[in-house]
Amino acid sequence: MRLNNIGYLLKEGFKGIFTHGFMSFASVCVTVACLLIVGSFSILSYNLDVMVEELNQTSEVLVYVDNTLSDAEARSIGTKINTLNNIQKSTFISREEALEDFVEDHEGDSAFSGVQAEDLRHRFVVVLEDNTKMKETDNQLKQIPGVAKTSAAYELAEGFSTIQNVIHIVSVAVIAILLVVSLLIISNTVKLAMYDRKDEIAIMKMVGATNAFIRLPFQVEGFTLGMLGAVLAFGLEWIMYDALTIRISEVDSLQLFSLVDFQELLIPMVATFAAAGLFVGIVGSWTSIRKFMNV
Amino acid sequence: MIEFIDVVKTYDQGNTALNGVTMQIEDGEFCFLVGASGSGKSTIIKLITGELKPTSGTVHVNGYSLERIRRREIPYLRRTVGVVFQDFRLIEKMTVYENVAFAMRVVGAREKEIKERVPYVLELVGLENKAHRHPNEMSGGEQQRLAIARALVNNPSMIIADEPTGNLDPERSFEIMALLQEINNLGTTVLVVTHAQNLVELFHKRTIVINDGLIVSDGLEEEV
Repeated sequence: MRLNNIGYLLKEGFKGIFTHGFMSFASVCVTVACLLIVGSFSILSYNLDVMVEELNQTSEVLVYVDNTLSDAEARSIGTKINTLNNIQKSTFISREEALEDFVEDHEGDSAFSGVQAEDLRHRFVVVLEDNTKMKETDNQLKQIPGVAKTSAAYELAEGFSTIQNVIHIVSVAVIAILLVVSLLIISNTVKLAMYDRKDEIAIMKMVGATNAFIRLPFQVEGFTLGMLGAVLAFGLEWIMYDALTIRISEVDSLQLFSLVDFQELLIPMVATFAAAGLFVGIVGSWTSIRKFMNV
Repeated sequence: MIEFIDVVKTYDQGNTALNGVTMQIEDGEFCFLVGASGSGKSTIIKLITGELKPTSGTVHVNGYSLERIRRREIPYLRRTVGVVFQDFRLIEKMTVYENVAFAMRVVGAREKEIKERVPYVLELVGLENKAHRHPNEMSGGEQQRLAIARALVNNPSMIIADEPTGNLDPERSFEIMALLQEINNLGTTVLVVTHAQNLVELFHKRTIVINDGLIVSDGLEEEV
């Protein structure tokens, strides 16, 4: 294909957008609507994932030290704990500090008024790197000499892990379905726009134009419409997300919910919208034109 | 050159359109293909332009073997065969000039070549003064001239005219046939598929008669 042909084909592709102005407008609107839904769902699932991950990080393992050990011996167990894999950090809590916490938690409860520091054990609060391996790490902690017992909420950690898995699966399924729906809608919209060019395509085939030559202007048109839809959808998504973040911060004074900053999502969102726009534009126009190529 | 050797064409539905057709049309010939509706004329045209492949037998068109032609070679075969239809098949939104130039552009011609060739071809068909008109502003005869100009512009070695006078009155029909004769005189092979017995009689050319998928006669009009 010569350079002047490429120029002609590109020009024809862009011209097609304006020749079928209303249909182009409809295609862009459909792309924007579908990408907004896909984008919103992706952001929602990402935020949920982050929230669940943060909650999961609050799960800790309590490691109780044998009462017969001295303070120094008890503290030295921390070094052994930290040598294990999957340990993010361990914090030593002496029995005196534990008593203070206990008293604070049960203030005004006369049943516990006689509890002394000697009744409690030195302990370590251990935060894990990966809570899905909590049970395995707990077993390793129990093997450390001087450790009397441990307390780990496996079920809670497993629950969080299940929630995250469900969010991932549902997100992938919903996004996949929405992408297929977008593709079908765009393909049909482009097909309608193309319908009044079927005679033109038939003439091109008749006089000996190659399939690549016939396809390229339509691909340029599909690509441009897809990218235009992606850019508009991205801009709208950003504006809407920022507005929602501000609104939540106004309403939620306790800051129970905090959305991830859009800047953090910028690169993956740009990549996703560009890829989705490109995909639906090119594949949508490709599938539409295929029918008209069999002349 | 067109060469059919014992060509059979059976469609998927099972009906046989051609039942052992053998014929040869040499370069530079002017030839009529005559037959009733459903006799196999359209199938012959579709085989020549690569729209169909024969079920058996061999078809050679301008150096291409149609029974084993690859999909990507078909556009190049079609560039050697200009086709004119009864219903003209022009692009209404384009002017006369643009309709002809379009046929050159889509096969990758340079703009300089287009500017040289299109006026020449329009002059050849007598439309040099109507270059800026749209097809719907012209008579049927002029539209068919335009269709011929488009078929000619890529300099094919052969023109196939499928009922080119079917939508025209007798006077315009004669003009179109005269134009095709003139094109043939310039060295282009012309195959005219027609029902118009009066034109066949008038032009005294080789006439191939097809009936029920078989060639029943082939010779000069007087002999047929």
